[in-house]
Amino acid sequence: MQLELSPEDQAFREEMREFFTTKFPQEIRDAVIAGRELTKDQIVESQQVLNAAGLAVPHWPEEYGGRGWSDLQRHLWNDEMQAAGVPLPLAFNANMIGPVLAHFASKEIKDRFLPPTANLDIWWSQGFSEPDAGSDLASLRTTAVRDGDDFVVNGQKTWTTLGQYGDWIFTLVRTDPEVKKQAGISMLLIDMTLPGVEVRPIELIDGGFEVNEVWFTDVRVPADLLVGELNGGWTIAKFLLGNERVGVAPIGTTKRVLAQAKQLAGRQLEDPFTRARFVELENELLALELTALRVVAHSEGGEPHPASSLLKLKGTEIQQAVSELVLDLAGPAGLASGGDSGVPEWARHAAPTYLNLRKASIYGGSNEIQRQIIAKTILGL
Amino acid sequence: MDFTYDDEQEALRDATRGLLKKAYGDYEERRKAVAEDPGFSEKVWGQLAEMGLLGLPFAEDDGGVGAGPVEIGIVAHELGRVLAPEPYLTSVVLAGGLVSAAGTPEQRQEVLGALSAGESVLAFAHDEEGSRWAPTATAVTAAQDGDAWTLSGVKEPVPHGARADVLVVSAALPDGGTGLFLVDPTGLERTAYPTYDGGRAARIAFDATAATPLGTPGQDLEATIATIQDIGRIMAGHEALGAMEVALATTTSYLTSRKQFGVTLNTFQALTFRAADMYVSLELASSLVQWATMVLGTGDPARAADAAARAALQVSRAARHVGQEAIQLHGGIAMTAEYSVGSYAARLSALDHLLGDGQHQLSVLAARVEEHPGLDPLATA
Repeated sequence: MQLELSPEDQAFREEMREFFTTKFPQEIRDAVIAGRELTKDQIVESQQVLNAAGLAVPHWPEEYGGRGWSDLQRHLWNDEMQAAGVPLPLAFNANMIGPVLAHFASKEIKDRFLPPTANLDIWWSQGFSEPDAGSDLASLRTTAVRDGDDFVVNGQKTWTTLGQYGDWIFTLVRTDPEVKKQAGISMLLIDMTLPGVEVRPIELIDGGFEVNEVWFTDVRVPADLLVGELNGGWTIAKFLLGNERVGVAPIGTTKRVLAQAKQLAGRQLEDPFTRARFVELENELLALELTALRVVAHSEGGEPHPASSLLKLKGTEIQQAVSELVLDLAGPAGLASGGDSGVPEWARHAAPTYLNLRKASIYGGSNEIQRQIIAKTILGL
Repeated sequence: MDFTYDDEQEALRDATRGLLKKAYGDYEERRKAVAEDPGFSEKVWGQLAEMGLLGLPFAEDDGGVGAGPVEIGIVAHELGRVLAPEPYLTSVVLAGGLVSAAGTPEQRQEVLGALSAGESVLAFAHDEEGSRWAPTATAVTAAQDGDAWTLSGVKEPVPHGARADVLVVSAALPDGGTGLFLVDPTGLERTAYPTYDGGRAARIAFDATAATPLGTPGQDLEATIATIQDIGRIMAGHEALGAMEVALATTTSYLTSRKQFGVTLNTFQALTFRAADMYVSLELASSLVQWATMVLGTGDPARAADAAARAALQVSRAARHVGQEAIQLHGGIAMTAEYSVGSYAARLSALDHLLGDGQHQLSVLAARVEEHPGLDPLATA
């Protein structure tokens, strides 16, 4: 049992903190810390600054930009980014398709796609969910039918986050309708500029347009853009969704927001109930962070730790609870969400953020799915 | 940062578990032990002494083993798993801890030597009418006449106060502050009764009772009492973790075997999801208790006090959740004294209220909420 980081890990942490707080574009950090929506250019610039410093895809194979770090170091890297208000590398690129291609794709595909994926020269979208395939992803119906050297794709994807910026979309398609539903799925890489691909934005409850529907009408996709085996898509999807042990819970960001909220609370902190709320949230967050450290400190190179489900479940609950606290601190001023006013910026963002973050317990495997995983995998129920 | 036990610590855990499994692996044996006075097994107490567990926290010069908080936590955890009724927490950790921290070399050798050898049971007589876990005494007062000291007033409830061979008594000093005294209880008026967790406690009336000051006569020991209470909170946390672990395992095992409507209960998601939430509560509390144990090891009383309050808050929340749900998920069987799980809930309640429940810790922590921007478990001291 050892409380402190090793001197090497401590130095690593300080090196990360120094980079993120002194060598990263300040205006992007300011925007993140103020809770503003980032522009596409800011997200791209952010990832390119990280990539140039070797900090965008440290968990990838070293020949494609990986750093060979321990899980604990990756945790520290991830945590320091969040604490500094540095946007995390685009998850679709860095955490989803990148590791999938590195694991399942041919050398040719890796060489073609991984460098621009790391540098966000290609913006990837995720084509998984469909109107009738949410948590029950395997019942997806978008079809891909082989025709000569192409697959012809038809169907509809939904909840495609930031799909309006997407260049390519990694898409789960049904390639065999005759077998058990999991056994007939494949993954295709689809250029979103192809004829027949249409992106339609969905307005969300916070007033934003973060997600989209993506329609495919007779889209001809070259067959060599199949990832891995034909009908092997379900294995890839499970790999992608269960790939993470590190950064599962947004701990650094939530800590930053909670600390900020305490600053902003002002005289409201004289109220014992408000103080108690801060204590409860700080304690839960501390327990969560320590649990995340337990997971990363003892899961080198292995399978995803089953406790990752706990981190996702509790991490999103606390994140949502903190956004709820901020909204309550804003009080009546929170109503002024619609534009410039005398109300401080944080209070104007409070309600949209609170509403937006309801998504956190739904995406990436809803919290009910996480409970299901805990019950089955860990408790044997 | 390391949350694992070394080989010796694992050996200690295995040996302790082995001993206790033999003693109380069959829940019926525990029932028998608590049914008769003194409410625990003198034989098991002797075995704990033989294994060196009763002297674990004390210096070798005082007849102890000189082990650290991690080792004491391991023993407490194992005691918690089987609801061992032996008064380890109150006799060794609290009363013994006070003698170790405040006693003169002669007092330490005499009292702790006998305690470590299993020859004597100590009790900490501290709670008074209306007291709520403060490190001070008011109802029992100390009077000095030359070198002679006497105590007057009532202590209640005193855990294992009737069986104890030596009492460590807190009392208000004539010139202010709280002192500690060793009292030979022979001839004292002690009214014993069983407690709801299977233990025993007593009302002890002092009436100009002769007492020996622990350490320097007349010294205010409030800070020492507070520190030992903090250690006790963390060790009570370990005991609670052990109890929660088994309460959850008993529950999941019941869910997979008990049939209703022709199927086992784990068929019902309404139940398995609640078990998953119990697991989440347990793991988060476990992380905080392990962390607090490591903080305790740094020897900084202020940091330990903060960590103890945080761990106790988390454990209080978790223990209520796990204890209550363990009963509910079982149904009627858990209401019976014959079945183990209800006793786990009872013991968890007793531990929760031994040194300050969640609300108490919340108010302690809330009083200093603006002293830090946020919490960083990896910060260097």
